[in-house]
Amino acid sequence: MGGTGGKGGTPWLHLAPALVVLGGLLVYPVYELGLISFLEYTQAQVSGGEPTSFQGLGNYRALFTDARFGQVLLTTVVFAAACVVATLAVGCALAVLLTRIRALPRLALTLAALGAWATPAITGSTVWVFLFDPDFGPVDKALSRLGLSGFDGYAWTYDRYSAFALVLLEIVWCSFPFVMVTVYAGIRAIPGEVLEAAALDGASQWRIWRDVMAPMLRPVLVVVTIQSVIWDFKVFTQIYVMTNGGGIAGQNLTLNVYAYQKAFASSQYGLGSAIGVVMLLILLAVTLGYLRLLRRQGEEI
Amino acid sequence: MRRPRGRLLAESVALLCAAAVAFPLYWMVLSAFKPEDEVLSEDARPWTAHPTLDAFRRVFGQQDFGRYLGNSLLVAVVVVVASALIAFLAAVAVTRFRFRFRTTLLVMFLVAQMVPVEALTIPLFFLMRDLGDVTGVPGVGLNTLGSLILPHIAFSLPFAIWMLRGFVRAVPESLEEAAYLDGASRARFLWRILFPLVFPGLVATSVFSFISTWNDFLLAKSFIISATENSTLPMALLVFFKDEGNDWGGIMAASTVMTIPVLVFFVLVQRGLVSGLGGAVKD
Repeated sequence: MGGTGGKGGTPWLHLAPALVVLGGLLVYPVYELGLISFLEYTQAQVSGGEPTSFQGLGNYRALFTDARFGQVLLTTVVFAAACVVATLAVGCALAVLLTRIRALPRLALTLAALGAWATPAITGSTVWVFLFDPDFGPVDKALSRLGLSGFDGYAWTYDRYSAFALVLLEIVWCSFPFVMVTVYAGIRAIPGEVLEAAALDGASQWRIWRDVMAPMLRPVLVVVTIQSVIWDFKVFTQIYVMTNGGGIAGQNLTLNVYAYQKAFASSQYGLGSAIGVVMLLILLAVTLGYLRLLRRQGEEI
Repeated sequence: MRRPRGRLLAESVALLCAAAVAFPLYWMVLSAFKPEDEVLSEDARPWTAHPTLDAFRRVFGQQDFGRYLGNSLLVAVVVVVASALIAFLAAVAVTRFRFRFRTTLLVMFLVAQMVPVEALTIPLFFLMRDLGDVTGVPGVGLNTLGSLILPHIAFSLPFAIWMLRGFVRAVPESLEEAAYLDGASRARFLWRILFPLVFPGLVATSVFSFISTWNDFLLAKSFIISATENSTLPMALLVFFKDEGNDWGGIMAASTVMTIPVLVFFVLVQRGLVSGLGGAVKD
């Protein structure tokens, strides 16, 4: 790789702007986050009324003895897992469907998916809440007209599980398009003869997917899975807007929203930062697992 | 080869799915154009015989809505342009040079993508406060648009660099050597030859930085506290949620206004986006 390097100059000159920005606004805040998580840092310290004091692991001890934190952590993991599985299932199924239809219906489905993908999280949230509104939303009306009279005027956000189900639907709606488009591009890259041979052998669509496509798409599937895990684990806007800040009595809190509430609603910045650190460590573990997977596949970085 | 009946079934399913996926957007636009008594009616009819702009009038009549829209656009455009330029330079560095720490750096960019930026809201809050108070530089402290622009540039960079890498690598190095043989300078090669060649990749990358900036709710909510003249669109949307009953027509009209720019941008660049993703995934 002689390239530009042969003409003198240094890569660091090209990298300088990126490194300055990332150093100042990403690396330094991560360091600060860790630091604050070890401090007693509430409104009193922020305003200078009391000196900041080093707490050691005090905030973390407080977190792990807080029953609510354990519950929120578990909820976040389960909810993110459900979102990832649902998103991947819908995205992959529709990607396979796209390969079996003519251009016009394909365009229709792709455009609809692009629309959902492009919709900002906040407006997607408001629209879905309105769709499921007990008084004026069309979904409850349609369900009750179909004979499910229990849904007439049903308030989805009152119950913990139906509120989560509603948020899950919105998340799948806005994140399956990324999976669908990426996996579809991957399937198109598989030589046609391979799929034709499988079809001629009389394999069902499910077997073609399981035994032919999925193994060949492994690298693509790893990428979309990891991306989905990361997005869904740190979901904030949807929960905040759809359940009005974490649901009734905090029944729909996830880690991100919990950290926000601790820090900015009750001014416990130290505790909020400790939650942030826990999130950071979990996502770091996922990332390292991802890197190991890539390396095992012999990918060069 | 395939039985036409199977294909017809598949196409019907596809069209049904398309309709279901598009329905929330249809309902949003429909409700924005319905008269208020139809929006707030128990019927929830899927059409309207009396389309009206009343809800949009309420939205734009709201104090400073135009200003919020302008702020959102300004922040997004500055972030897109700045992060595209910075990421382009960095992508050139990591693809066209061999140097110590290159692999380390790439791994760092990958890891940086996973950082939950939401968790950084707390330290960034204090950083922005100090930038404003201590350094006294105008336009960067809390309550300024700079406090939204700077973090979003940083958040967009790792993914943009990672994605642009594929595009820069796709440009053959022989082209570069030929340019130098013809006496082109480094800067000339970089900006006049390489830059236009990877431009489609830059556009695809920009979609992501544009959307994540345009969508931002958390930073806008946390950093713009007292200076409402610097608020962005999400805040304007929340005004229509009221304790005494939500103004759904207003919410849907404001949502429509907020969604349309992204939708247009997205559809315009979707071709580059799909091929760009293919490139990023193959890496």
